[in-house]
Amino acid sequence: MSLRTPIYQLHVDAGAKMIDFGGWDMPINYGSQIEEHHTVRSTAGVCDVSHMTVIDLAGDASKAFLRWLLANDVEKLLSPGRALYSAMLNEDGGVLDDLIVYLTETGYRLVVNCVTRGKDLAWIKKQAAAFSCEITERSELAILAVQGPESIEQVKALVDVVTATFIDTLRPFVGGFCGSWFIARTGYTGEKGVELIIPADDAVQLWKDLTGDGVKPVGLGARDTLRLEAGMNLYGSDMDESVTPYESNMANTVVMDDNRDFAGKARLKAQLNEGIGQELVGLVMHERGVLRAHYPVYSGDGQVGEITSGAFSPTLQHSIALARIQCGAADLKVGIRNKQVEVFKVNPPFVRNGRRVYKL
Amino acid sequence: MAEFPGELRYAESHEWARVEEDGTIIVGISDHAQESLGDVVYVELPEVNTSVSAKGEAGVVESVKAASDILSPVTGTVIAVNEELEDAPEIVNESPFEKGWFFKLQPENITELDELLDANAYQEFCENEEH
Repeated sequence: MSLRTPIYQLHVDAGAKMIDFGGWDMPINYGSQIEEHHTVRSTAGVCDVSHMTVIDLAGDASKAFLRWLLANDVEKLLSPGRALYSAMLNEDGGVLDDLIVYLTETGYRLVVNCVTRGKDLAWIKKQAAAFSCEITERSELAILAVQGPESIEQVKALVDVVTATFIDTLRPFVGGFCGSWFIARTGYTGEKGVELIIPADDAVQLWKDLTGDGVKPVGLGARDTLRLEAGMNLYGSDMDESVTPYESNMANTVVMDDNRDFAGKARLKAQLNEGIGQELVGLVMHERGVLRAHYPVYSGDGQVGEITSGAFSPTLQHSIALARIQCGAADLKVGIRNKQVEVFKVNPPFVRNGRRVYKL
Repeated sequence: MAEFPGELRYAESHEWARVEEDGTIIVGISDHAQESLGDVVYVELPEVNTSVSAKGEAGVVESVKAASDILSPVTGTVIAVNEELEDAPEIVNESPFEKGWFFKLQPENITELDELLDANAYQEFCENEEH
């Protein structure tokens, strides 16, 4: 039987179309994916992401361990609550997963992907053998992402005054504990919002309160178009173990410091010396139609790469994509069925806070 | 629940065909098809005056989820297309059997319609497909 989050029955009751996602029974939409997308860009929506994996680290060696485990450097986390986005690499520099790590009062909290849970935990435990730190998966916790320009006000109106005041203290990309609730100003939409990592019963109640107050439930379908507009990578589509962060538009999340070694660093260093052959770029298509994953990308007569994620952008009203192509390839076209259509290479993101931000 | 209007004929590839009084045939996709596809974001229609063959490609419908070929239910010549779908593809979701029609055909041999499913058989086909 597939796994269910604490919100499962509420999804079904709300008329969600349920799909299998990495072994979990998750809502893809509640009717119209496009409406859900617009809701997050214009007001507020709530998305159940309890399928994602939360891992807590405690112990004196936690920092040293994470400095070895991650390509980004947790040394940057100067005070509790700060969050960092990082890749976790294998020995060959391939991306095992991407994750968010928060510094907490008692250690670190990692949020990793659901589909990669098994291999992530195995890898983390193997790497931790040389360090004295305690690794605890927090599968009993639920995660709600409340996102959209009105999201923070909506949450504040439903929680007690202590929690509301706490939320007011959070700046973007900062989180922390308020009692048993972990609340962070993070998300996967390019919109204002909070993610709440909270006990299952509290999550059920908060979901009921939010949706009762007009916050619309948002499925994984809209979550995917929101993150693509925001120019954020999806693990398994835009990067995996076959590519390094340099080939995945994640160079700015890698800290190459002579004083720190980390898993995969030797291969990254070699790649910098050899030269990086391919890059992950944004594509914009003005003609009607939809760019989709695995469509070939051409320059002149030759294929230079392929689309890794593509969709019709509800905000921009045209199609956008991420594609991995030979570095520097220009005058790009995408093969859509039997024709080649002109596309423009851009730097992601495409949309931030409800507005177009890419430049042609 | 999807609707299955009794006056239409259906293909297993989920197009419907309606015979007009003048013997021409209007083609669209079923309510069941639009429900499965989700929000339609792009429709590619055939050009007027082109010939299409039964079960041959005549267009494409793309939703947030996937791209699907539109197959012509019968052989014939395209005599009109629903240009409104180019700017407002969501009409396919809102009105699959009326405003969301795709194209109109002058059929070569109208008896080809007999090979399509009636509403009951198509509904049964859809229910089996889901399981």
